[in-house]
Amino acid sequence: MMSDGNLDLPEILTGEHFTTGNHATAEGALAVGCKFFGGYPITPSSEIAEHMALRLPRVNGHFVQFEDELASIIGILGARWGGYKSMTATSGPGYSLMVENIGLGMMTETPCVIINVQRGGPSTGLPTLVGQQDIMQTKWGSHGDFEPIVLCPSNVQECFELAVQAFNYAEQYRLPVTILMDEILGHMSEKLIIPDKSKIKRVNTKKPNVPPEEYLPYKPDKDLVPPMAIAGDGYNIMVTGLTHDERGYPVLNVETQEKLVRRINDKIRKNKDKIIILEEYMLDDAEIAVLSFGSVARAAKGAVNRAREKGIKAGLLRLVTIWPFPDERIEALANQVKTILVPEINYGQITREVERTTHGKTNVKGLFKMGIMHNPQEILSEIEKCV
Amino acid sequence: MAEEDRELIESHEHPLDGYLREGRIPHIFCPGCSLGSITNVIIEAINEVGFDPKKVSVVSGIGCTGRISGYLNYDSFHTTHGRSIPFAISLSITDPERKVIVISGDGDLFAIGGNHFIHAARRNADITVICVNNFNYGMTGGQVGPTSYMGQVQTTAPYGFNEESFNLPHLAATCGAVYVARWTALDVRRIKDSFVEAFKKKGFSFVEVLGSCPTTFGRRNQLAEGKKILQHFADHTVLKHDADPKETKIEKNGPFIVGKFVDIEDKPTLTDNLLAIQRISQASDKKS
Repeated sequence: MMSDGNLDLPEILTGEHFTTGNHATAEGALAVGCKFFGGYPITPSSEIAEHMALRLPRVNGHFVQFEDELASIIGILGARWGGYKSMTATSGPGYSLMVENIGLGMMTETPCVIINVQRGGPSTGLPTLVGQQDIMQTKWGSHGDFEPIVLCPSNVQECFELAVQAFNYAEQYRLPVTILMDEILGHMSEKLIIPDKSKIKRVNTKKPNVPPEEYLPYKPDKDLVPPMAIAGDGYNIMVTGLTHDERGYPVLNVETQEKLVRRINDKIRKNKDKIIILEEYMLDDAEIAVLSFGSVARAAKGAVNRAREKGIKAGLLRLVTIWPFPDERIEALANQVKTILVPEINYGQITREVERTTHGKTNVKGLFKMGIMHNPQEILSEIEKCV
Repeated sequence: MAEEDRELIESHEHPLDGYLREGRIPHIFCPGCSLGSITNVIIEAINEVGFDPKKVSVVSGIGCTGRISGYLNYDSFHTTHGRSIPFAISLSITDPERKVIVISGDGDLFAIGGNHFIHAARRNADITVICVNNFNYGMTGGQVGPTSYMGQVQTTAPYGFNEESFNLPHLAATCGAVYVARWTALDVRRIKDSFVEAFKKKGFSFVEVLGSCPTTFGRRNQLAEGKKILQHFADHTVLKHDADPKETKIEKNGPFIVGKFVDIEDKPTLTDNLLAIQRISQASDKKS
């Protein structure tokens, strides 16, 4: 249970808690200033909506349970243009319904956060059992070319911290950011320490510093990100999902498409090093690397520890940022280790990416499960086979 | 001609110039289409109410009517197909002083976006929805839509449409809209008065405007010019304020029942209710 916290700072419950991943994510969003949640119930993410329904009104925010996920995602885009930091939470089937308007968020450069607490798919699949099957959906789900930012926590503390980080990336780079959780993480309870308000960084979009007659809403600064005026600022903004020029006007030609789409990709690609978060564990002298993410990384770390106890030089590379993908780091790892072992709860979505980035320089081995997490012993057995 | 009118014409300026975005005209609408005059009426109605322009947002979906938002010089949002209403709801919630107007077509609002309309009316979201009903999908080349009538010929109904059509005022009234009216594009003065009433109304207001689409609707239905469609409306329109919305279904040869059908006062809006929840939750905070 969350404690009542400090009533003077009701959006930040500084202190020690014992709580679930779903609640921790909701608290992270509140701590960074989220004021609007639009969502639709779906297992195993519903506790996030329930917690936001309880907490948001108390911090002068609004919770709306929409009629479906289509409304939820477009609703959070609308809220952000109205000036409220906003988020939604869902699982695989709901994310499938949202992808069109995640594309609208990419095209209109709208900051917002989407939580996907993954379950098993395809289709209705395994509503109550874990999955890591939405990796590619977050990258390629919406049509057209864009570079998403996707973060993937492995423990309850990180659910809180990455919720803060997701909002900050969304604001800094102006795009929808997805947090890929999973059923195990969403429902498990652990210690969460919420820091003091002064320790929680809040990033806000740049505002225009020119008068309305000089403002070009889609003219980027050097960092390729345009300052953002919102509804009511007096800039008479025009926001469209059509290909648009710097004024925001639809201009349907090759030059405008080339310039716009290149920029919304480059603003992430060129800042990749600042966005990618990795955990490296015992990799310095490793000969076998386990590459893992989400809940499974917990078992992977346990397996690496046991392997080390047995004298096997194993290490862990944990992806905290899934997209953009850390191509260079993995390529470097391929030059160091004999094998990269990739345990994941799907049929090889990240394994395929690792194969792509290692260019055959090392042995890449996927270890796939469905509906259940690997246990450390299973991963250890695979490590031992690789020796 | 009055001297000032002559000066205006010779200056190549238009009285509504400042309300339209610079560099966006000429518009994409076909000759004979009623969307130009409806755009005009929207601006006149906004002016008549006297809104602070900063507090006006216009939201639309996809289609010919959906393009109107992009010509208007207010904060304007051209969203995805069918999704204008939930976007507008959130925009309205974030500032109770903001007037949010949704302007879109029949296919956008009632086929792909129908569910959002139903729930927005049920929640009494504080927005005005204007639907220009031209009986077909114009932008994609003239397919049938949810408001097409029995026997109507379109590209996807080459043998004539054989489904029931949606009666929009009935749907809106049933779902809880506090203001419901219908006009034809010919009734510009009445449309303007009705928009003014709808814009002033707190809560979910809905105005249907029967529009003229000579290019993709009229051409296939013996009404190949804008004026023929308007004449058809004029010949078959029946003004009937307070008509039972159940009785306002549209058939090929009318009657096109127009008027104001619903006007309810003082029903709490979604925004009112959300603000009330804030007060309740914060009062319980203080108690504990």
